[in-house]
Amino acid sequence: MSTISAQKPGSDGRRLRLNVDLRQFGILGALAIIVILFQVLTGGKLLLPANINNLIQQNAYVLILAVGMVIVIIAGHIDLSVGSVVALVGAVTAIAMVQWELPWWGAVVVGLAVGALVGVWQGFWIAFVGIPAFIVTLAGMLLFRGLTLVLLTGGTINALPAGFVAIGKGTLPQSFGTMLGGHDVVTLIAAIVVVIAFALSQFRSRRKQLALDLPVEPGMLLVAKIVVTTVAVLFFAWLLSAHRGLPIILIILAALILLYTFVLKRTVFGRHVYAMGGNLFAAQMSGVKTRWVNFFIFVNMGVLAALAGIVTAARAGGAVASAGNSYELDAIAAAFIGGAAVTGGVGTVIGAVIGAMIMGVLNMGLSILSVDSAWQQVIKGLVLLLAVAFDVVSKRRGPRM
Amino acid sequence: MTSADDSTILTMRDIVKEFNGIPALSGVSVDLKRGEVHGICGENGAGKSTLMKVLSGVYPYGSFTGTIEFDGHEARYRSINDSERDGIVIIHQELALSPYLSIAENIFLGNELQSRGVIDWDRTNKEAAILLARVGLNENPATRIQDIGVGKQQLVEIAKALAKEVKLLILDEPTAALNDEDSAHLLDLINNLRDQGITSIIISHKLKEIRRIADRVTVIRDGSTIETIDMSEPTANEGRIIKAMVGRELSSMFPPRTPDIGEEKFRVEHWTVHHPMDSSRLVSDDVSFSVRAGEIVGFAGLMGAGRTELAMSIFGRSYGTGISGTVFKDGKKISTRTIDEAIRNGIAYTTEDRKRYGLNLIGDIRVNISAAAVGRLAKWGIVNGLREYQVAESYRTSMNIKTGSVATLTGRLSGGNQQKVVLSKWLHTHPDVLILDEPTRGIDVGAKYEIYGLINELAAQGKAVIVISSELPELLGLSDRIYAISEGRITGEVSRADADQETLMHYMTAGKDDDR
Repeated sequence: MSTISAQKPGSDGRRLRLNVDLRQFGILGALAIIVILFQVLTGGKLLLPANINNLIQQNAYVLILAVGMVIVIIAGHIDLSVGSVVALVGAVTAIAMVQWELPWWGAVVVGLAVGALVGVWQGFWIAFVGIPAFIVTLAGMLLFRGLTLVLLTGGTINALPAGFVAIGKGTLPQSFGTMLGGHDVVTLIAAIVVVIAFALSQFRSRRKQLALDLPVEPGMLLVAKIVVTTVAVLFFAWLLSAHRGLPIILIILAALILLYTFVLKRTVFGRHVYAMGGNLFAAQMSGVKTRWVNFFIFVNMGVLAALAGIVTAARAGGAVASAGNSYELDAIAAAFIGGAAVTGGVGTVIGAVIGAMIMGVLNMGLSILSVDSAWQQVIKGLVLLLAVAFDVVSKRRGPRM
Repeated sequence: MTSADDSTILTMRDIVKEFNGIPALSGVSVDLKRGEVHGICGENGAGKSTLMKVLSGVYPYGSFTGTIEFDGHEARYRSINDSERDGIVIIHQELALSPYLSIAENIFLGNELQSRGVIDWDRTNKEAAILLARVGLNENPATRIQDIGVGKQQLVEIAKALAKEVKLLILDEPTAALNDEDSAHLLDLINNLRDQGITSIIISHKLKEIRRIADRVTVIRDGSTIETIDMSEPTANEGRIIKAMVGRELSSMFPPRTPDIGEEKFRVEHWTVHHPMDSSRLVSDDVSFSVRAGEIVGFAGLMGAGRTELAMSIFGRSYGTGISGTVFKDGKKISTRTIDEAIRNGIAYTTEDRKRYGLNLIGDIRVNISAAAVGRLAKWGIVNGLREYQVAESYRTSMNIKTGSVATLTGRLSGGNQQKVVLSKWLHTHPDVLILDEPTRGIDVGAKYEIYGLINELAAQGKAVIVISSELPELLGLSDRIYAISEGRITGEVSRADADQETLMHYMTAGKDDDR
């Protein structure tokens, strides 16, 4: 095989690159199909401005958790505790604000610190004692849920300050007013900035690749990618801007997605995560400090779970012990639907985000159609199974290693 | 199809077995007398294991040519169950016992004493006790396998074979994992079984044991039978076996080289390593050696001699427990406590199993080459992807990795190209000392030549190069000096001028009590 590609230099690399892109387009296509399907089935209700706003706010927690979870999964682990951590951090932040009377931002810092501590605890057992993550986080699931019940003594804490609630529900002020029949100008400007930045970064990296004689994707594909992205972003921004201002949570999500894509793709840490998932022994024999990498993966997951807990409490306007129930399953499902490999070593942040959005659209669409929640679970279960089955089967057809 | 001679229990004639057109066995013939202990000897890769897999039905009838006649009829085994039904039982080097089940349960595993699916425990334990007495193991049948030592586990394996009413017992390197006392006990047991009429085949690298126990020995080399030696003959000794094992010509497939050897670069003193599971066993026993700049030093040893264990224990203590000893580079003591430290001290180690320990097969060439020294390409923890690409690309060109781009997944490459990726990865750490463990295993001839050329070039750059290899011609063709290892100890040191295969094989098969 190698001799064939040696005769045609460059061909192997180009084909591979294309394959990777097609796979990402595949799941993006699945998302588009599901959106259109529900738009038709709901008689246009899915994409009403208020629903788009809700879609973002309701699913923010899955997106945040999925970003952390995909890193855990790439490294070959799993984290079952994040739902309980969401509840615990929600309780602690609420107590910090209501009982300790901390300002809302102080409570947020306390909440994130609790998440980090949870991560240190679980990371210690997994990385340094060598207990499988499945067991440690299963124990954590019980442990942190129990602690939440103890802290809240079975009740709830309500009446959280408005500044805090805004994290989950608030929007930026409509500083430049509205135009064209009630569309928020800030949202539209933000969308245009995003579109331009995306196009520029794409052209810039292509120019660099060409300068170094790297294989690049076909020009038409690049243009198509930019056009599709531009149309999609502007379309949703247009719809969203008709509701209220730009959701604060959307800014937080965008920042997280950018940051973690960078971390996984460009940093030494990210490189080590993929190396460990691809072949743990080879990573060890290459001098990767696998214990510390595992430790930080779980500290990071703890912090992100805490953020999801803060967002969940903010959106609910209070803390309850049942918060975050089965969130871990949503996050795990999102990562797998987004193409992460069960055996580790494969996965992307953007894939997990799209996976989370597929789950979110399914949730919302089925709710608008008032499908019984029992059936909603059946459908979501099947979608997860089919997505992973597709992945497994397509890999089996690929080259044998 | 009755055998003419009833004293012969097994005849294998003209066995040919090919894998994808490459012969592993090219005409092996062996015959076994009823009730004898028959040794089978040969270098690593000579075809001993393949032959046993043919005999036991792992390679089913029809996948090889030649005839097998066992106990008076032609054998056409399609699976290991078929051969076991005829009374042929093979005990592998890696024991196949379930650690959490009892001795009795293991003895009758797959062969349970039952009626309608319900196990008769009283009978099981009673029969097990009888079998244990036969193999001389004084243990309660209810003891769990994990609670007894590996020597006793070996005896349980034999008891398990006896439970199947074994006629021909095949033991593959039975003493490789045993200490001296357990080995002696096992050899006595094989002797006893011979008296009970059980025929045995024993495959071993330890020629001393072979001489002690075998009635006859068949030597296999390059997939063919060389000769069968009757050990009662006066001329039969270890030297004759060794000569038969290695007697092939040195191939002239090594690039020319003029050694330019400088000062001592690397030295290891009194290196002692214990087995990770069984800390009473020494895997490396007071090993001391040195390598000079520009020198290529070979390590010769048979499978299980402890070469890889020695290398891995030096490289970041990635193998073994209770490690003691000192490592010097350029005359200064260095620490190789972790792999990271070893790399920073300029040591590189390429593993013998590149798929398991060397490569991320689902990663592309680029990330594999940068994996051991990604820090060199990063600032503030951020990898410079373009520089990484350029580095990988330069190795792809200079090492002649035959593929279109560094975006190719390493899992898609041929063995030779994979090995070049592994070597690139370690060259990128800028090492002074390279330990190459089986650098040409499973690689075609052309790629071998390229890798030999590269090894020569590394030595010419003044690096200290250690090559561990099971192929003696390779060591003789490459090395300036060769250490022989047996049972975790250095049993010989030979310079290029004095080295030949027979001398090395003598050292490599030297036992503990042998005179040195």
